Amino acid sequence: MKKYIILFAMTVTFFGCKDVDEEEVINPNYNVTFNFTQNWDGEEITDPDYQTTVYTNENGEELTISRLRYLISDVAFTNEDGDTTLIKGYNLVNARKGINLQYKPSKKIQEGTYNLSFTFGFDNKDNVSSAYPDLNTEGWNVPEDLGGGYHFMQMEGTFTNNTSSTPAPYLYHTIRAADNTGDDLLLQDTSFEVNLGTVTVEKNSSFEIKMNVAEWYKNPNKWDLNILNSNLMMNFDAQIMMSENGKTVFSLEEETTVEE
Amino acid sequence: MNYFKNIPALFIATICCLTIISCAKDEGGKPEEEGYQPTPLELKTPTMFKQILDSPIIPSDNPQTEEGVALGKKLFFDPILSGDKTLACAGCHIPAEGFSDSRQFSPGIDGIEGRRNSMPLFNLAWNYKENFFWDGRAISLENQALQPVVDPVEMHNTWPNAVSSLQAAPGYPELFSEAFGTSTIDSTMVSKAIAQFVRTLISGNSRYDQFLRGEIELTEAEQNGLDVYIDETRGDCFHCHGTPPNNLLWTDNDFHNNGLDETFDDLGRGAVTGDPREFGLFKTPSLRNLAYTAPYMHDGRFETLEEVIDHYSEGLVYSETIDPLMKAVGEGGVQLTEKDKQDLKAFLLSLSDESFINNPDFQKP
Ligand code: HEC
Ligand code: HEC
Repeated sequence: MKKYIILFAMTVTFFGCKDVDEEEVINPNYNVTFNFTQNWDGEEITDPDYQTTVYTNENGEELTISRLRYLISDVAFTNEDGDTTLIKGYNLVNARKGINLQYKPSKKIQEGTYNLSFTFGFDNKDNVSSAYPDLNTEGWNVPEDLGGGYHFMQMEGTFTNNTSSTPAPYLYHTIRAADNTGDDLLLQDTSFEVNLGTVTVEKNSSFEIKMNVAEWYKNPNKWDLNILNSNLMMNFDAQIMMSENGKTVFSLEEETTVEE
Repeated sequence: MNYFKNIPALFIATICCLTIISCAKDEGGKPEEEGYQPTPLELKTPTMFKQILDSPIIPSDNPQTEEGVALGKKLFFDPILSGDKTLACAGCHIPAEGFSDSRQFSPGIDGIEGRRNSMPLFNLAWNYKENFFWDGRAISLENQALQPVVDPVEMHNTWPNAVSSLQAAPGYPELFSEAFGTSTIDSTMVSKAIAQFVRTLISGNSRYDQFLRGEIELTEAEQNGLDVYIDETRGDCFHCHGTPPNNLLWTDNDFHNNGLDETFDDLGRGAVTGDPREFGLFKTPSLRNLAYTAPYMHDGRFETLEEVIDHYSEGLVYSETIDPLMKAVGEGGVQLTEKDKQDLKAFLLSLSDESFINNPDFQKP
């Protein structure tokens, strides 16, 4: 079966190439690379930091991070005319384990200047239960009671609270907001578009997308882990607040070109 | 000009065509004749697995074949692989016990017990991380199958000895030749055949699966138990054991410390990686077939599901590497009511699959 697919792809390539070629000579298409990094107010978070380095959040709680996974989707390059080249798809970053820190979509982008953006999480249209086999085995689903679909982020760790001598766990999980306390399930899309500003696409373009983890605790909602530490998936208001805080989390590091 | 770019593509395409045509001719032939091919065998993958999960992992250098699986099955049940020819894989992986062992520790041929409870064997081809054993130290089922034979507390043999026993045993050289095209046996072929058989052990027909297929209703208790399982304030089991109805494996195949001990006799994952942050972590077991796989946990410390549920409800103990998902550790657990406990148990039991343990394909030949 695979051989037929290759054969088919070959045939398509063979016949498909000539239309685009002429334009390509002037404005070639390039693959782009995204590198995801995490920091706490500028201090990079690397493997040895997980579970050991103590950070202090805006509200003054001391915390460590045990696990950090998040999903981004639908990276978009919009040119000056407002035409968008959409990279349909998603990337689940496992920061703790260093998996998918690099995302290299197969779709090529034409050389030029663009506004770069992506979706944090899945928007309603893409947030479809059981649609993505690889995510189904990653423990990334959301129970149907809470509207199904997938998590957007799982940030977990421990913090020192004022009541207990041992560190207490926190589970900062973001999903589509769901209220199942009434007769009807109330859902609200909490995914959001992250706009990273202007970028230039050229040969071997690579973009560093930085997550400042501290921002999740900062603004507009100063996060109090003593109150909001777990059972947040079923907390509609908490989901809205996390989504609001997420909007200042990402930024773009100056683009670089990498030698292949 | 641009057409030249495509010449290599055309060339490859032509080769592909030729390969496809030539492949078709290869079939048949006799073992040890040039061009002999064993008969390909598809895994009997449940329809729901096909719809929701990625394809199972089958290494390209060890495709499933009728002859390979038949040989693997014979080897799995045959004590010939052990040092004194008394203990087969099936001696500690018993079909009626979900291919695990109801003894807390299974003694090897010298009567010495290991320190871990035997693991049930099913749906292992869907472990995409391919980390086998409680601590994930074996990568791939082929590598895994090499270990029990030489493990001093299990089959306590050497590979040269096991291979020469097989080579001398009537019937085996022919079976190897049918499965792999050569009657000169080696340990790699033994491990490949066993891995092929282990991949066929598929369980996907529990009451809960039947419910998902719309064939039966859950009882009220099972339904409430499911609610407990996915409720963040009650069980919250799904973050590690999978979210119904989308994780049909009932495990994330990842490593966690679920709050069993304050200090560790067995470092689990941490002993493999040397990373203190992983001390006391073990692989999340699947919740399928619990009706047959007691006792529970890596050291078989709990004899009943009641004890397991009590552990999560009131028995959690703090240690430095405890998983944050054990969020109620400060109170000893999630404090389930008596009714929720019973219903959770009923739900867990609805994941057991009688047709799996009774499958005639999986019984001693
Ligand atoms: C003496 C008892 C014993 C024998 C014999 C034995 N096993 Fe096991 N098996 C165990 C135990 C105990 C474990 C868990 C060990 C650990 O985690 O360190 C295990 C684990 C496994 C696993 C890992 C499953 C998973 O989900 O990670 C597989 C596969 C397996 N055995 C297959 C076999 C095969 C194949 C044979 C024969 C070649 C065999 N075993 C012989 C006791 C035994
Ligand atoms: C943090 C992840 C995590 C959560 C949450 C979790 N478990 Fe587990 N579970 C594990 C791990 C890891 C083990 C194996 C631990 C060991 O043996 O050391 C386990 C073992 C078990 C076993 C024993 C299975 C066997 O074959 O030995 C059962 C049953 C079980 N869990 C049920 C549950 C239930 C019910 C819940 C919810 C109340 C739950 N688990 C929540 C990770 C988790």
